Amino acid sequence: MSRGKTFYHHPPAGVDPRKLSGWLLVIEGADSSGRSTHVNLLSEWLEEQGYAVVQVGLKRSTLVGAELELAKQGNVLSPRTMSLFYATDFYDQLENVIIPALRAGFVVLADRYIYTLMVRDVVRGADPEWLASLYGMALVPDAVFYLSVSMNTLVERTFQARTQLDYWESGMDCGLSRDWFESFLLYQRKIRREFIALGKRYGFRTVNGNRSIPALHRELVSLTRGVLENPS
Amino acid sequence: MNERPKPDYPGKLVAVEGLDGSGKSTQIYLLHQWLKARGYRVFFSEWNSSVLVKEATRKGKKRQLLTPTTFSLIHATDFADRYERQILPLLRGGHIVLCDRYMFTSFARDAVRGCDPGWLRRMYGFATRPDITFFFRLPLETALGRILEGRPKLKYFEAGMDLGLSPDPTESFKIFQGRVLDQYIAMVDEFNFTEVDATQPVHAQQRAIRKILQERVDLAFFHKRYAQ
Repeated sequence: MSRGKTFYHHPPAGVDPRKLSGWLLVIEGADSSGRSTHVNLLSEWLEEQGYAVVQVGLKRSTLVGAELELAKQGNVLSPRTMSLFYATDFYDQLENVIIPALRAGFVVLADRYIYTLMVRDVVRGADPEWLASLYGMALVPDAVFYLSVSMNTLVERTFQARTQLDYWESGMDCGLSRDWFESFLLYQRKIRREFIALGKRYGFRTVNGNRSIPALHRELVSLTRGVLENPS
Repeated sequence: MNERPKPDYPGKLVAVEGLDGSGKSTQIYLLHQWLKARGYRVFFSEWNSSVLVKEATRKGKKRQLLTPTTFSLIHATDFADRYERQILPLLRGGHIVLCDRYMFTSFARDAVRGCDPGWLRRMYGFATRPDITFFFRLPLETALGRILEGRPKLKYFEAGMDLGLSPDPTESFKIFQGRVLDQYIAMVDEFNFTEVDATQPVHAQQRAIRKILQERVDLAFFHKRYAQ
């Protein structure tokens, strides 16, 4: 199981990739695509199979998680500052949670990873190469499952989750439209387009997220089994 | 957004760099006072001073949560905030902007902490380069003497204690500063630093940098348009 790990460009200072075992599984997808539900279900299944699991996500770092939440309330930071702030949050979790867990042979389940961060920034005009360099010290996951959902499903689930649209999920800071619903549609379409482009570059395994929860869970379990059984 | 923006703004950017104890803060303070007194549009910005990320920096340092990567990123976040809200708008609005430390501080310190120099340079690729970067150069022993005699209690990160160079803060500080100095010296040509002999008396250094500024910057352009 000492397959070691790779990093996109180079590992962070002081990290030896050869000492990392375990697995990093990432679930990506738009807001309301069902990510968190499936992360939890997969986590339960993994534990049942006897794997130790650690969950990570965005804005959960002890270092800047709270400050990021605060910054989002005010919408006063420039896109670049937000980018770097999120990158700080990401690397804090990478170095203080993900890497130690992998050293101990855990399965790390990530509810979103650098791809969501990159997609959001690209939609806001960031240079993809700048982002690729910024996240160059990210660990290459063992698998990235991308939940692809149609716009109709997305709209339905968004309103199921809460009865009003969220400022950021609607991309209201992007100036696409002053109409919230229209902005939501335009923004989510752009996000989807960027996800597909990024998926090609980073080798996502796209799964159809429009299906029922049990059907999708079964597919994710089967894909996960494949990853755990076939060390690359 | 990645390629270095062309300096198509009317302002001028002047940065000071150097070791702790090199006297650069004193010099830029005096320069600021002088330019203000002469009625120029001038603004001063300090490394690590953005209100928004200050709390996170303080917390991270206090709890020693920071790794070389997050240490570097949090300073870059601070810098981006100041750069996009203050420095660049002021340059575009036709001001002289004085910076006490600029991206080179990160290039020096973070490289010593093990960050990849290429990664650091690409990360700061969005920011313009200063019109003049004064590098206050002095022998390591002189800089150490100035700091160590006045302020014996060294802070954890300031002393480079996170690098595990020595369990003794003073010893660690000496090794760390020596390595930072090597990084600065290696950057003199890369970034076209203007070296200032920081062993000279304060007023002599100030006279020298005022002269250089007058030679390289058309100060008359920066006269305030409206009397205050």
